[in-house]
Amino acid sequence: MEYQSIQEANEAVTQQILESQPFLLDVVPAKDVISELDGKVLLHAGPPIKWENMTHPMQGSCIGATLFEGWADNEDDAKKMLESGEIKFVPCHSVDAVGPMGGITSANMPVVIVENKVNGKRAYCNLNEGIGAVLRFGAYNDEVINRLKWMKDILGPALSKALKQIDGGMNVNVTVAKAITMGDEFHQRNIAASALFLKDIVPYLLTADLPEKELQEVTQFLADTDQFFLNIMMATGKVVMDSAAEIEEGSVITALSRNGDEFGIKVSGLGDQWFTAPVNTPDGLYFSGYSTDDANPDMGDSAITEAYGVGGMAMIAAPGVTRFVGTGGFNDAVETSDEMREICVGNNPNLSIPTWDFQGACLGIDIRKVVETGITPVINTGIAHKTAGIGQIGAGTVRVPLECFEKALEALAEKYGVEVE
Amino acid sequence: MLYTVIKKNLYQDSVSLMLLTNHLSAVEGVTQVQVMMGTPANKDIFKSSGLYTEELEEANPSDLCIVVDTDDESVVENVVEETDSYLNSQTEASQQSTIPTVRTWEMAENKLPTADVALISIAGEHATAEANKALDRGLNVFMFSDNVPVEDELQLKTRAQEEGLIVMGPDCGTGILDGVPMAFANVVEKGNIGIVGASGTGIQEVSSIIGRNGSGVSQAIGTGGRDLSSEIGAITTIRGLQVLDQDPETDVITYISKPPAPAVREKVVEVFKTLSKPVVAIFMGDKPREAHDNVHYTWTLEDTARKALELANGSNHYSCNFIEDKDLQKIKENNQQRYIKGYFCGGTLANEAAMVIEDALKLDASHEHPEGMMLQYEGHEVVDLGDDAYTQGRAHPMIDPTLRVEKVEEAAADDETAVILLDNVIGYGAHDDMAGVFAPVIEKAKQQAASEGKAFVAIASVTGTEEDPQVFQDQVDKLKAAGVIVTESNAQATKLAVEMVNYLNGENSEVENIDNAEVENDKVQALISNKPRVINIGLRNFADAIMEHGGDVVQYQWAPIAGGNKRLAKILEKLK
Repeated sequence: MEYQSIQEANEAVTQQILESQPFLLDVVPAKDVISELDGKVLLHAGPPIKWENMTHPMQGSCIGATLFEGWADNEDDAKKMLESGEIKFVPCHSVDAVGPMGGITSANMPVVIVENKVNGKRAYCNLNEGIGAVLRFGAYNDEVINRLKWMKDILGPALSKALKQIDGGMNVNVTVAKAITMGDEFHQRNIAASALFLKDIVPYLLTADLPEKELQEVTQFLADTDQFFLNIMMATGKVVMDSAAEIEEGSVITALSRNGDEFGIKVSGLGDQWFTAPVNTPDGLYFSGYSTDDANPDMGDSAITEAYGVGGMAMIAAPGVTRFVGTGGFNDAVETSDEMREICVGNNPNLSIPTWDFQGACLGIDIRKVVETGITPVINTGIAHKTAGIGQIGAGTVRVPLECFEKALEALAEKYGVEVE
Repeated sequence: MLYTVIKKNLYQDSVSLMLLTNHLSAVEGVTQVQVMMGTPANKDIFKSSGLYTEELEEANPSDLCIVVDTDDESVVENVVEETDSYLNSQTEASQQSTIPTVRTWEMAENKLPTADVALISIAGEHATAEANKALDRGLNVFMFSDNVPVEDELQLKTRAQEEGLIVMGPDCGTGILDGVPMAFANVVEKGNIGIVGASGTGIQEVSSIIGRNGSGVSQAIGTGGRDLSSEIGAITTIRGLQVLDQDPETDVITYISKPPAPAVREKVVEVFKTLSKPVVAIFMGDKPREAHDNVHYTWTLEDTARKALELANGSNHYSCNFIEDKDLQKIKENNQQRYIKGYFCGGTLANEAAMVIEDALKLDASHEHPEGMMLQYEGHEVVDLGDDAYTQGRAHPMIDPTLRVEKVEEAAADDETAVILLDNVIGYGAHDDMAGVFAPVIEKAKQQAASEGKAFVAIASVTGTEEDPQVFQDQVDKLKAAGVIVTESNAQATKLAVEMVNYLNGENSEVENIDNAEVENDKVQALISNKPRVINIGLRNFADAIMEHGGDVVQYQWAPIAGGNKRLAKILEKLK
């Protein structure tokens, strides 16, 4: 390899992360930027998965997307199409995209475009639907489908018109750096970043020549949706980590994702290959009336935020949610972040965290350190009900299975010609 | 009936688990219990203790294994509950501490970039690797860990010597660096007496006597018991002596050693001659030689401390109280009762006791000491329960008194026993109330004997100071209240025991009392000239003591690389 050591390669990888300049350019229908969405194709979260292996919420999302696209006009027909294999599945990650929870994305859903100005790379993510009965948790009733249609017809075009007025797009690094000092960790908590986004976009919405009713609906939706920025952050994480992966050497994590069945990781020196193990079920706090028994196994591409070094990796940035995600008090959050730092290459000075003595967020998870210490990355996550359509029933944390890292380490040993009996 | 509970992926260090095992033994209805990680070595221990079950077959090195022997199945649930609450309360306690805790060397260096010494107390099989990592980073090493192969010790010490560093240990029980206690150590005022010693409890006994007599210790450098073997050739001893000679705070150098290899002994004596400061040296078991070149030789640990005090202060207050004991008459009536049974947690103290007894009673005892048997002659017995033979799968007797309690109970019931001789080594790291454990045991045994019309004498010494957490005087008082005779030093305790036995045998020989008056650079330097800055790898309470005394410390929460998976560990070694 062109680097003297794995350590040096890892420094090159993390340098790519530090130098990235992600900008939010536009919101467009997915099919405009993802050529694979040219027929009956659905994107999903995590490593490749077949219909029969999907958990109920992800299957529910597929039914919803089928109805939304008009491929079927009722649930039974939609199911038959999905079961028969008429509808193809592609992982979001394979087409420069990411999607939260089920991650189900179809041709006509609007997606954000985030571009890394350093290399022109782009990544996409659908728009956050808010909370309650939503497609990403497997709901597909009329309310859900109607909202998706509204997002396609009104919200997406409105945001597109607003963003296009900003020369060069919206600088995501600026929003992220501000919001991390305001108590966001960008996975469980995005309220500050979402508010900053609203603050920055409103002037352009006002000049976007929108009918008053639409303007009112769009601003109300953005004001109500505390997690709106999550999807922008995910696309940002994706484009930054894909840029880091271009080094093609080293032992740094470039993707963390799960499909409800398997957890998959990608490593900078191991190309596009997923290293998988059965997912864990999250631990956390449940809304009253629900318990671990109701929880769906872990899913979603949103763990790209942890790969980037935020989310659970930056727990201490968001003391406000530490108890909600089941980690206890402030000192526990410090401990979690200190523990996560043990498995990283360094700190990211662009993301200085006041509550962590202004240390930068974690930078570059090194699989060697994970295997050495047995400390696995902690993911902050929402918990879906295992029955499609019920939606979110809690929030908590989940660990990436150690087995993923052990498998990747073996592959890395092979790549670098390390032999042991 | 044996019951097995396996908790997957719950790594705890062995000391915690030993303490836990001790704790669980007290659960009502438990006949026997053992808690260990599921390593192959530990499975063998389960087998040898008759607690092996089929279920253990499946356990991994990262799994916590509990085997309970009980007649009542419902007891198992209590044991599991106690285990959980013990392990949890441990976490709570650690959360209150302000000592930074890390899991990798990299973070240890991040948290304490000025570190100058690593204190290593993890299992011996892993200790060498960590000691080398410490040397890689230019750190001195204090190795509390035992069961380290001698070839590893030689490699580490040779390497340290080449790199201007020092390796104290392995099996180094104690040290004091610029007033900060390392591992098991007593709180002794800072003073002008420097100590180099191959014996942990020897250092503790001498430094405690120095402390109790109003003087203090500048540095105490432990070398580990094997430093004086011909394989190692006193590398650390010589380094330590030279460092103290350069240390401006040290006026008198005290040297304490177990019996060395003859050639090594000569080498060390040659070094004494090159030192600019007076030396008080004890080679345990050797008759003191003539003083020469400002080098003084002594016979007992107490003598050593007194001589050092005399040289350091120009004063000498030697006093020794002999106490008559009414139980002796009763013992005299029983012709069989003529023997001393000594059970020690301090190896050097056991050695000293054996030496004094052999000498005074003119015994021709074997100098082989298998399994810590320091003296076994007719009915006389002196046992070092800190010997490796007794500490496998069990904490050191300074922490866990269980085995010693059993021995004392047996000895008290033995018709041959006239005197039971004990030590009580207090200080940081040691059991928090050893006297409180033994007082009721002795009291009960005395009552039992009395009810049978018999008696025995118990004599003990306490090694420590008033400033130690257990408090010297409190320990003395508790033992006295239980009818134990407590002497100023271990040597005096043993001499008193010998006098009693002589009296019982109707002889009149005096214990030989040798009058001493007639007979008579670099990173290491930097280490002792400032409060140590320590990366503590292993036992957490060592870190607490260091912090309390003004040393900087980072707790490295060590666990085996890759959870003990050797293949992955090898890959990691090569994937740099």
